[in-house]
Amino acid sequence: MKADPKGVLTGIHFMDGDHACCEGALAAGSRFAAGYPITPSTEVVERFASRVPTVGGTFIQMEDELAASIALQGGVWGGAKAFTVTSGPGFSLMMEHIGYAAMTETPCVFVDVQRGGPSTGLPTLPAQADMMQAKWGSHGDYEVIALCPNSPQECFDLTIKAFNLAEEYRVPVMFMMDEVVGHMTEKVVIPPADEIEVVPRRHTHKSVEDYLPYGTNGDLVPEMAHAGDGYNFHVTGLTHDERGYPNMTPPVQDKLVRRLQNKILNAVDRISMFEEEEIEGADVIVVSYGITSRVAQRAIEVARKQGLRVGKLRLITAWPFPEKKIRDLAAKVKAFVVPELNLGQMVREVERAAAGKAKTFAVSHAGGGVHNPDDILKVIVEATR
Amino acid sequence: MQLTEIRIAGFGGQGVILSAIVLGKATSIFQGAFATMTQNFGPEARGGACSAQLVLSESPILYPYVTKPDILVVMSQEAYVRFGSDLKDGGIMIVEQDMVRVSEVKPGIRVYGIPATRIAEDLGKRMVLNSVMVGFFTAVTHLLEPDAVRKAVADSVPASFRELNLKAFEKGLEHGMLALTDPPNPAEAALLVEYAPE
Amino acid sequence: MTDCLNTDLLDDPLGDDRLNTDLLDNSISVENPVERFLRSDRMPHIWCPGCGIGTTVNSFARALIESKIDLGSLALVSGIGCTGRVAGYVKLDSFHTTHGRAIPFATGLKLANPKLNVVVYSGDGDLSAIGGNHLIHAARRNIDLKVICVNNLIYAMTGGQTAPTTPDHSTTSTNPYGVFEPSFNLPHLVEAAGAVYVARWTTFHVRQLARSISEAFKKKGFSFIEVISPCPTLYQRRNKMGDALDAMKFYKEKSKIRHGAPTSEVGMTMTGEIIVGKFVDRERPDYQTMMKAQYTESLGERFVEPTEMVCS
Repeated sequence: MKADPKGVLTGIHFMDGDHACCEGALAAGSRFAAGYPITPSTEVVERFASRVPTVGGTFIQMEDELAASIALQGGVWGGAKAFTVTSGPGFSLMMEHIGYAAMTETPCVFVDVQRGGPSTGLPTLPAQADMMQAKWGSHGDYEVIALCPNSPQECFDLTIKAFNLAEEYRVPVMFMMDEVVGHMTEKVVIPPADEIEVVPRRHTHKSVEDYLPYGTNGDLVPEMAHAGDGYNFHVTGLTHDERGYPNMTPPVQDKLVRRLQNKILNAVDRISMFEEEEIEGADVIVVSYGITSRVAQRAIEVARKQGLRVGKLRLITAWPFPEKKIRDLAAKVKAFVVPELNLGQMVREVERAAAGKAKTFAVSHAGGGVHNPDDILKVIVEATR
Repeated sequence: MQLTEIRIAGFGGQGVILSAIVLGKATSIFQGAFATMTQNFGPEARGGACSAQLVLSESPILYPYVTKPDILVVMSQEAYVRFGSDLKDGGIMIVEQDMVRVSEVKPGIRVYGIPATRIAEDLGKRMVLNSVMVGFFTAVTHLLEPDAVRKAVADSVPASFRELNLKAFEKGLEHGMLALTDPPNPAEAALLVEYAPE
Repeated sequence: MTDCLNTDLLDDPLGDDRLNTDLLDNSISVENPVERFLRSDRMPHIWCPGCGIGTTVNSFARALIESKIDLGSLALVSGIGCTGRVAGYVKLDSFHTTHGRAIPFATGLKLANPKLNVVVYSGDGDLSAIGGNHLIHAARRNIDLKVICVNNLIYAMTGGQTAPTTPDHSTTSTNPYGVFEPSFNLPHLVEAAGAVYVARWTTFHVRQLARSISEAFKKKGFSFIEVISPCPTLYQRRNKMGDALDAMKFYKEKSKIRHGAPTSEVGMTMTGEIIVGKFVDRERPDYQTMMKAQYTESLGERFVEPTEMVCS
């Protein structure tokens, strides 16, 4: 399905990542957002608040992030494509509702413009230290999808992708920006609406009698109905059967939770997006994401000038983690170098997937700025030895 | 265009950020090169001080921040004091000469001054001083095609102020041309002191 | 008191004649008239013998009949707790959300599809403790929601802990030596926050409760109906207040109908009187009306009114 032209600001813009994210949401067809102000993410909803009344939608500033992160899900069951936007402390407050979205299979997007933490930390300065929280922050077993843009252009493109993935898999999608990408201004090309592919809701066409709200066919993703459609369906965060009715028994729990995991894990290859460069024959592969991928690129180019064989793997989807990709590469290279604006998060996934076949080097940074490319270079040099 | 790092600094209301947006737009949209702009947020961005960083290049920009600017545009004394010494050897310093008293300048650095605020006021609106600055920048740096910047100015301001801003841009450009015919040197830069307020 | 509809009840404060007639009517039906509003395939329900929640659902169902509301446009949202389970038993589009967050969920639902009639049906702990902030803000915004708050004076699902509504001196599992913190007067709270319709009944007042719910359906804006409801298993047992029948007798004895009573005077104590009635019935533009007016004023023709946001 093509984007609704009403929401698409076709043209070439000089725009920051936060604003580009908002335009991506509008282009993807989002007409509802609930938010609560928090630096450095607020510009996304400020723009949405200004734009959406002219395209037939609603923004509401809620009383806190708990409210925002569930109001958006009310919006989804009311028929809208919806999202919320936050940063570290607010993201922490939203965790329960990420679990609710996963359990109730509510397609929605959580944008987290990452800043330094823990706690209030560095409100105006970058970090990438919510990566594990994005995956594991809510209790229980569940899977999400997480995307990491590294430019304002990608903030636009990948926000559309985030909404599309949310609809395709009926899953909450974490849009993991960082302060640098959010506040950096670059050229952003917004194509005409008829060149933007959007995934419609998996709305059921079944009769009221035949419809099972959580029944699935082969692809593990159920069809959805909205409030007011006449299906009289029930949605609960309790463990539920195919009718959506609470059924708190181990077999029902097992079936449900495994399906929630498998609908994502079985599709890793289809969901995963990464950018690779000079992988063949590389001794060392630098694995990075978000803003750090750009800083790492500078280090990689210098290393190559020094004659080192350095490959690049940029994770565009951080979750589900491309485990198989790393495992395959681990058999071919000496080491992975993983720079990130935290003290070691995704590097542990790389290490786990490499399973000892290749060494793994972290290039940690506590946040508040980006790496000095020389620091990454030093580790690359060390890793090639 | 080689990779060029630019810092523009002043105080709130001088159009510091808008100047950077105009130059970034000119580069990335109207001249087909690449531009990344970042601005300071946080406590340092409050209290009146304001600064924007711009990286321009012929190829995609990786590292988004300015480390040692090739060009420094300062529109307030505070900005000059804070950022003046960061300028790269052989760099260009552009000052709002009524606002900034240039004390010492490292050899090899070219300093260009313009009374942008006064020019803007003469045009009838103080707020177009950033367009004067941008015009002046365009002339003295030779980095961007004047027409690309002209388009960027037109594209970045409200329609009701477009004409005035373009006029301001041309004024700045003229001043820049004049400054170039008689390239300044550190000794001349010292003359700028005379214009500086006490 | 001029605005109260059921003044007839003033002379007949307990209304028990009507109650009995109704029961007689029901007894000759082959099918319970409220059954079509329930998910029969989910029966039996989990509520304890003597629990008042089922009684409130009965009144709710009767209000649906009386008000002739379009069931297709009705959605019901609950939080967590014993009353939170109501969403699971009504044959409506129903959402059992997270603890305390029924109101913000309902807010999103209503804003995304303004055509829906959205009822929030939840307990006192869910709505006024963990969800207290949402309660006051929804009332302040005057979101068009009908909130039915079943107040059993205790956290029942988790085993009888103190709630913001638990009366002074009663005993709970977390105040085993007696509750000493003051309790909320919910009608007063929501009136102050901006609710347009505020009423309180007990589960003894099934007819009046049904009528209040019907009235609330006719209001546009934030309506709040508190229902004092027995919890024989926890609150009453722990406080030696007898069984469900004793609760009914207690409500009958202690209830005073005072329509239009100042909500500042309707606070409850453990053994004192229970002021019931319709306390507030006023007009204020609701959130969506104000939003539309504001955007129309500021944006003129550029404003595109959000109607139904169905995205496929």
